[in-house]
Amino acid sequence: MDLKFLEFEQPIAELEAKIDELRYVGNDPEININDEVARLKSKSEALTKSIFSKLSAWQIAQIARHPMRPYTADYLTQIAPDFQELHGDRMYADDHAIIGGIGRLDGRPVMFIGHQKGRDTKERVRRNYGMPKPEGYRKAQRLMKLAQKFSLPIVTFIDTPGAYPGLGAEERGQSEAIAYSLFLMAKLRTPIISVVIGEGGSGGALAIGVCDRLLMLQYGIYSVISPEGCASILWKSADKAQEAAEAMKITARSLNEFGLVDEVLPEPLGAAHRDPLAMGEVIRNALLKHLADLDRLSTDQLVEQRAQRLAGFGQYKEG
Amino acid sequence: MPSRINTEIRTRSVPQGVWMKCASCDEQLYRKEVERNLNVCPKCNHHMRIGARARLDYFLDPDSQEEIGSNLEPEDPLKFRDSKRYRDRVIQAQKKTGEKDALVAAKGTLKGRPVVVCAFEFGFMGGSMGSVVGERFCRGARCSIDTNAPLISFAASGGARMQEALFSLLQMAKTAAVLAEMSERKVPFVSVLTDPTTGGVSASLAMLGDINIAEPKALIGFAGPRVIEQTVGQKLPEGFQRSEFLLDHGAIDMIVDRRHLRREIAILLAKLEHRPAPAE
Repeated sequence: MDLKFLEFEQPIAELEAKIDELRYVGNDPEININDEVARLKSKSEALTKSIFSKLSAWQIAQIARHPMRPYTADYLTQIAPDFQELHGDRMYADDHAIIGGIGRLDGRPVMFIGHQKGRDTKERVRRNYGMPKPEGYRKAQRLMKLAQKFSLPIVTFIDTPGAYPGLGAEERGQSEAIAYSLFLMAKLRTPIISVVIGEGGSGGALAIGVCDRLLMLQYGIYSVISPEGCASILWKSADKAQEAAEAMKITARSLNEFGLVDEVLPEPLGAAHRDPLAMGEVIRNALLKHLADLDRLSTDQLVEQRAQRLAGFGQYKEG
Repeated sequence: MPSRINTEIRTRSVPQGVWMKCASCDEQLYRKEVERNLNVCPKCNHHMRIGARARLDYFLDPDSQEEIGSNLEPEDPLKFRDSKRYRDRVIQAQKKTGEKDALVAAKGTLKGRPVVVCAFEFGFMGGSMGSVVGERFCRGARCSIDTNAPLISFAASGGARMQEALFSLLQMAKTAAVLAEMSERKVPFVSVLTDPTTGGVSASLAMLGDINIAEPKALIGFAGPRVIEQTVGQKLPEGFQRSEFLLDHGAIDMIVDRRHLRREIAILLAKLEHRPAPAE
């Protein structure tokens, strides 16, 4: 499998290449290949552990955007195998950058909504790189109301660079679509759990991220603007994205320390794409646990707690 | 979610002196006359940007103001630093504007009817929304709910404040949530969008009015024009993302001249609240 190693993973890539080479060398009786492969494998594992134990915010951003990172549909195939996709906003179009539908999580029907990126070029274009337009948010709103009507809990997967900044999106009211999503989710009478599985890009992420529990994968990021965007405004140069990524504290760990993220979901060694099935299991178990927690609340309590949670966001001095 | 519109241009198009120039028609104007005209150019009707205090003074009945949340001050939870420290930027903005942060909230009366007004100060870091802006807005809205007084907000903002990062982004959800509460209680909310209203402010509280009103020719949008041009690789048509464009595309209820805002909003609110028409 071609793992598409990132720049900072090069030492691991070299070791893995060596291991592959050895495997092809075949059966030279002089050297015990199995022993050598095992030795290199454990070395590679140790190296991966060491590199991944001290990642910078910028490196984590690259992992969050990794071309092999599992996307919403990948997790749905695993944790909700009978997922049925529901399309369209009933007004204008079906936005392929957001998918939604009903699946069963451990037997229980759940409304799943998530950003969807594409794997190859054609699919990326079709998914608009995971950047929704107003019709995407309006589809999500429609599905959320449907979930409320039939008492289905909502799980959202966040993975977008942001809402699409285009002419048509402006004409059709991108601002209103995002604003109304926030307005709607604040009072929705059904549990909402959001999981940042990759990139949490700004308002385009938040528009499906108002929730009772916010979970974040270990190498996900979540920020008010992309590191590149922030750098180009404040540092006047997109090249300073590394500094901006650090300064904005975009990682799961930092945001958990600030109390803005409820739980960080640990990723397999070398990140989610090295073992998507293991990652899916972690997500499934976390969702079940938090849903069970939220089930203990009456609907009134649930909505009241969400209101308090939202009212509590922010840090300021009171003189 | 900042919109990347340029927030560093001088917001006081009114330099000191007896005479001034209109930024739109270049006409030499007598400053006193412009101020009497609520900073609308008497020659071309260009609506100049104004600060939060001027906004409150223009809108509320004289001597009726009582500020809400004036004791709140910004913090620096991230210890944010770019070419400058966030703390220093705040101090600089405070000196420049005389405000603690980019939003002023106040109780007052509009033609005798108690109301709450929230006005953005664009001169304070581009009117950007961080924790204090969000909290003040919510306290204003809370006061509205508790006293059953309509809320009127005057937006003028480039969006969320980058230096407070995710805290800023979450103010969008926080302000939308308090407006959802207001809506359930059926307390009217009138949102006035002024030049400019973009990014996270446009994509939260500013678009959530029971009635959305824009001042003429205000720049209103989600993404800033430069970002859109870069993304789509084409020049934007004339008037794109201006109030008149939004009216045409169904995003706002009406465009109202600044000099008529008091009257129009008072008349509207009286209807929504089943009160007799306000006296002229």
